[in-house]
Amino acid sequence: MSFAVPANLEAQLDELVTHYPQKRSASLMLLHALQEHFGYISRDAVEWTARKLGLQPINIYELVTFYPMFRQEPLGKTHIKVCRTLSCALAGSTELRTHFCSKLGLDAHKHAPQTTPDGKFTVEFVECLADCGNAPVVLLNEDLLPKVTPAQADEIVARGKAK
Amino acid sequence: MPQEHRLILKHADQPGYTPDLECYLRHGGYDALKKALALAPRDLPDGKKLPPQEQVREDVKASGLRGRGGAGFSAGIKWSLVDRRSGKPIYLICNADESEPGTFKDRQIIHKDPHQLIEGMILSCWANDVKLAYLYIRGEMPQGAKLLNKALDEARANNFLGKNILGSGYDLEIHVHRGAGAYICGEETGLIESLEGKRAYPRIKPPYFPAVLGLYMCPTIVNNVETLCHVKHIVNMGASEYAKLGTPNNTGTRIVSLSGDVKRPGYFEIEVGKVTIGELINDPAFGGGLRDGRKLKAIIPGGSSSKILKAGETFKLNRKGADGQMAKVDVPLLDIPYDFDSLMAAGTMSGSGAIIVLDDTRDIVEALANLAEFYAHESCGQCTPCREGSLWMSKALHRLTHGHGRKADADYLLHIAQNIQGRTICAFGEACAWPVLSYVKKFKDDFEAKGAADEARANGAVRLNEVRKPASSSH
Repeated sequence: MSFAVPANLEAQLDELVTHYPQKRSASLMLLHALQEHFGYISRDAVEWTARKLGLQPINIYELVTFYPMFRQEPLGKTHIKVCRTLSCALAGSTELRTHFCSKLGLDAHKHAPQTTPDGKFTVEFVECLADCGNAPVVLLNEDLLPKVTPAQADEIVARGKAK
Repeated sequence: MPQEHRLILKHADQPGYTPDLECYLRHGGYDALKKALALAPRDLPDGKKLPPQEQVREDVKASGLRGRGGAGFSAGIKWSLVDRRSGKPIYLICNADESEPGTFKDRQIIHKDPHQLIEGMILSCWANDVKLAYLYIRGEMPQGAKLLNKALDEARANNFLGKNILGSGYDLEIHVHRGAGAYICGEETGLIESLEGKRAYPRIKPPYFPAVLGLYMCPTIVNNVETLCHVKHIVNMGASEYAKLGTPNNTGTRIVSLSGDVKRPGYFEIEVGKVTIGELINDPAFGGGLRDGRKLKAIIPGGSSSKILKAGETFKLNRKGADGQMAKVDVPLLDIPYDFDSLMAAGTMSGSGAIIVLDDTRDIVEALANLAEFYAHESCGQCTPCREGSLWMSKALHRLTHGHGRKADADYLLHIAQNIQGRTICAFGEACAWPVLSYVKKFKDDFEAKGAADEARANGAVRLNEVRKPASSSH
């Protein structure tokens, strides 16, 4: 399958580039937009972005490997980010993540993001999501969920399976 | 009775208050901007005239406003360091990369009152002759970025932003730039590198002070979300009225994020220094105390990078005596006023205004292990002491919390931390060393007891092996 950026998305990206006096500055915003559209940053996406901004592919690839939010492989449709850091840990986020993992047949001892074989879920332990007063928090795709209980976790799993 | 004093969050949680422009205008929105744009040059005693922009810069200095992001540096002085004679454009960046563990104040402003931030930014840009500014928001706040973009569109459509703002002849554009999950982007030179489309490796200072060599090697101001909001209120109230809020050298209000082992975690806006740490934790107006039957173990007073304070500690603070003279007085931990200077005098910092409370059911070694893992993950990897040291500390704490510790690990941790602080390009070195130094020094018995118990168990297992019995350890 060849890599193609739809014309309307490319127009959006071209507009983003105009926000900066130097094109290179747009790289993070372009990567966000491409990841949102394609689900991850492929090699082709790296090379396409580099060409778009007049850079070498390494200038983009080094961003994909540095910034934790960029992914080099597809993620599950339901992306569950459980906050790992202190305030959430005090409120039981380790147990919450283990709960998600056991419900989804994933290995709770693995630290890295894990995706279920059916491609429906990715569970990830992430650092502080800046909502510590509502610990434990979960970033579910783009929505931040406060004070997540095991029962709510079960609902998230049930909804994700139905998708 | 200690109470909240809501200035920044005055409207945010009122029923029916929405983040759109129409609601903001109904609550006096953009009046400060109109007021500033209508200012006349002020006559000076020497016959010269002070231009309106300089008046606002002077007011911000006179207000005593200190940065709310972490360092607590005077915002007015930061602005005064900007190189205005270079002939290069001056940039302003709003640091909305809120990611210091424990902190969730900027999120409230961005989500509930984005126009207040934008008005503060426009005023700050106008006062500093900035024509192009960026709002650097952390990648994990996608909804916040959308809200800000919508608010910027509304501001543009109503000529609060764009060309010839409100007929003043002043042009300004602000764009939202999203980070992508790296804590180091909160460090201002790392943020600038990230905004230039690079890895967020902080720059060495000197020579790269943002005020002189910042974004695209041009003079640049980087201010925190809450700091920029205060500028609006300084313009509205005037510097001297604003400075009446809070305490001397610690003026204004600030939003405190309270989390951990309290009954009522949340955010509270207080007059700086008018409320004590104990009141923030225990008063019904704030944290509401610890859970029933629990006792205080320790307080992390200003975000995860601040040095921990142990229950029962007392500190020598300057207090005005009955005779009006300043004298050093012993102040118990819970009586420390929550302000920049008092916490500094107590050997720690108020940092980003985030308090994390630990009660007596908590294992201090576990708590430090959690934070050490954070720092090991977030070190940008540029400087060897930090890249390697943060990982070594995390590994040592991992074994201490997984039954493989040693008694000597406590001193080993201190040794590593001491070799990180002061030996890195940016303050991340201190940020990862300070928790380790303070937790291990103040709770050394806990660390050594854990290591010693592990060693004893391991030795026991070895002896059992010698008599050909299976080891009891499951590992």
